[in-house]
Amino acid sequence: MSITEIERQWTTRLRKRVEGKLPPEKLLPDTQPAYVSSWIYVFGVATLAALIVVIGTGVILAIRGPLWWHQSFIGHFVNSLHLWSVEIFFFSMIVHLWGKFFMGAWRGGRTFTWMTGVVTFIASIVTGLTGYVSQTNFDSQWISTQAKDGINATGGGAFFNVLNFGQMLMWHIVILPIAAVLLTALHVLMVRVKGVVPPYEDEAKVA
Amino acid sequence: MSKKAFRPDVDAPEYKGGYSPYDIIKEGTIAIVIVAMLTLILAVFFGSPDEKAITVKSWSNADPIDFAQTALEELNGTSGTAGYGAPYNHAAVGQQLGPLTLGKWVGVHIPINTVKDFIVSPLQSQPAIPGLQPALSQWTSASASTQNGWVADYTKAATKMTWSNGQVVVNATNSGPVPVMINDLTQMARSGALDQALITGSGYYTTDYTKPLLFLADSEYFGTLADKQHLTGSQWGMMNETGQYPGQAWLWLYTFWYQIPPFNTSANADVLIWGMMMLLTALLLLVPVIPGLRAIPRKTKVYRLIWREHYSNHE
Amino acid sequence: MSLLGSIINLDGYGHYLHWHFILVSVGNLVVVSLMVVTFVAALLLPFPGKSRRKENR
Repeated sequence: MSITEIERQWTTRLRKRVEGKLPPEKLLPDTQPAYVSSWIYVFGVATLAALIVVIGTGVILAIRGPLWWHQSFIGHFVNSLHLWSVEIFFFSMIVHLWGKFFMGAWRGGRTFTWMTGVVTFIASIVTGLTGYVSQTNFDSQWISTQAKDGINATGGGAFFNVLNFGQMLMWHIVILPIAAVLLTALHVLMVRVKGVVPPYEDEAKVA
Repeated sequence: MSKKAFRPDVDAPEYKGGYSPYDIIKEGTIAIVIVAMLTLILAVFFGSPDEKAITVKSWSNADPIDFAQTALEELNGTSGTAGYGAPYNHAAVGQQLGPLTLGKWVGVHIPINTVKDFIVSPLQSQPAIPGLQPALSQWTSASASTQNGWVADYTKAATKMTWSNGQVVVNATNSGPVPVMINDLTQMARSGALDQALITGSGYYTTDYTKPLLFLADSEYFGTLADKQHLTGSQWGMMNETGQYPGQAWLWLYTFWYQIPPFNTSANADVLIWGMMMLLTALLLLVPVIPGLRAIPRKTKVYRLIWREHYSNHE
Repeated sequence: MSLLGSIINLDGYGHYLHWHFILVSVGNLVVVSLMVVTFVAALLLPFPGKSRRKENR
C-alpha cells in the first residue's frame, strides 16, 4: 500500500479528524483559563456525577427486577437511592442551566453545545416520566392514566402507550438511558472541543 | 478588507489571559464521591414513597356502588374511556389544536370497545354461574336497539342503586339481562377475577395494563384517592408526589398552564398546553439565535459576579 | 422498623401552601428554595485558589 492510499482510508481520515478536533491534551487538559473561578462551574460536573449514580442505582434495581423494591428492605433502599440521585440530577442540571444562561455560554461558536444541553434536559424529563410510570404502585397508576391524555392529544398515544408497563419499562431502562448517555457525552465533548466560554468584554474598559 | 463586526451576544472575545493548573479527573472523582454521599444521606433520612397499587378487586370491595356505576357507564357509553376517541375508539373527535385534530388523524391503534372488553368478554370468561349464562345469551342474541333500550331503562333506575347483602340492587323493570350482568360483574371484580380477565387478553404473559387502568381511571374512587394526595390536574398534581416527598418540581411550568384561564376550562387544554410547551422548548433551544433573548445575560450583568476576579485582574 | 426504614417518615398526607391559584407542597417549595439559594450562593461565595491564579498570570 502506498502512503496516499493509507491516507485516504476511512479509518485514517476519521482518526486524523478526531485528533485535529480533540487532541489528548484537549480531551484531558491539565490547565484551565483563570476565569474559571466561581462555584457556579461545579454544577455541570455535579450533574454528570448524579447521572452516574442514577445509572448505577438503576443497574442494581435491574438485577432483581421491577418488583424487588416492594418486597425487600434493601430493594426499597436502593429505590430511595435512585429517587434522590434523580432529584440531585435535576437540581444540579437546572442550576447549571441558569448559570450557563447568565454566562451567555452559547457565544463564540458554542450554539451546538447549548442545544445539546437543552435536548439532554428534555430527554431527561422523558426518562423520568417513563421511570415514574414503571414504579408498579399507585403513583405509577395515577401518573400514567393522567399523562395519557396529554400524549393522546398529540397523536403520540397511539404509539407511546404509558399504560403499557412493558413498553414503558423498556424505554426507561434501554432506549432512553442510551440516548441520555450519548447526548451527555456529545455535550461534554463539545465543551472540551470549544473550551469554556470566555467572559463578556469588560464594557467599562471598552467604553 | 473589512473585519466582520463583533457581536457581543454571539461572538466571544479572544482570551489572552493566564491559565491555572486543573485536575479534571480529580474533580470528576470528587464530584462522584460527594454526590454519592449526599444521595446516601438523603435516602437514609427520607426513604422513598410506595403507595400500594389499587386493584379492581380493592376498588370494588371498598366502593361496590362506585364500581357498579362505572361499569354501567362503560355499558351505556358515558364513561371517559367509552367517549374518548382516538387512540381507543371513534366515539369522539378528540382535542383540537386550532384546525388540527392530531389524535384523530393518527387514528385508533389501541382499540377498546368498553361494552365488549370491560363487560361482556370478562363475563363470558367466567365458569358457570347460576343465571349468568342465560343472561349473556339473552344479551348477545338481542338487537342493538333492544340492548340500548335495556341499558337506558337500567340507567334511569340506577340513580337509586343500593348495595344490600353483598348484591347490587336496582329497581329496574325492563332492563333484560343488564341487572344480572352488572351485579355478576361486581361479584367478579370483588373476587379478583376481573383484574385477571382484563389483563390476560393477549395470552398467558402480559405486561400491558391498558384495560384495567382505563377502567380504574373511569371511576370516582380513583380520582378521590388522587385528590387526597394533591395529585389531580387542578392541584398542580403533575409536580407533586404522594405523601410529603418532593416531586417533580421541574414540571412546574407544564402544570402551571392547567391552573389558569383559558386552559383550566378548555376541553382542548392538553393539546393546547402541549403546543405551548413545544413552543417554549423551541425558544429555549434557539436562545443563541434569538436577538433580544440572547442579550439578556449581557444586559442583566449577573456575569459580573461570576467573573469578578477576572475583571478586577484585567482592569 | 417498617419496610420503609427511613429516619424521617414522609408518608401520610402532605402539607400544602395555598395562595390564590398557587398550590405548592412543602417538599417542592423546600427543593426550589434550595435551588435558588444554591444558585445565589454559588455566585457570591469566594472561590479558593485566588493567590495561585494570580501567581500564574
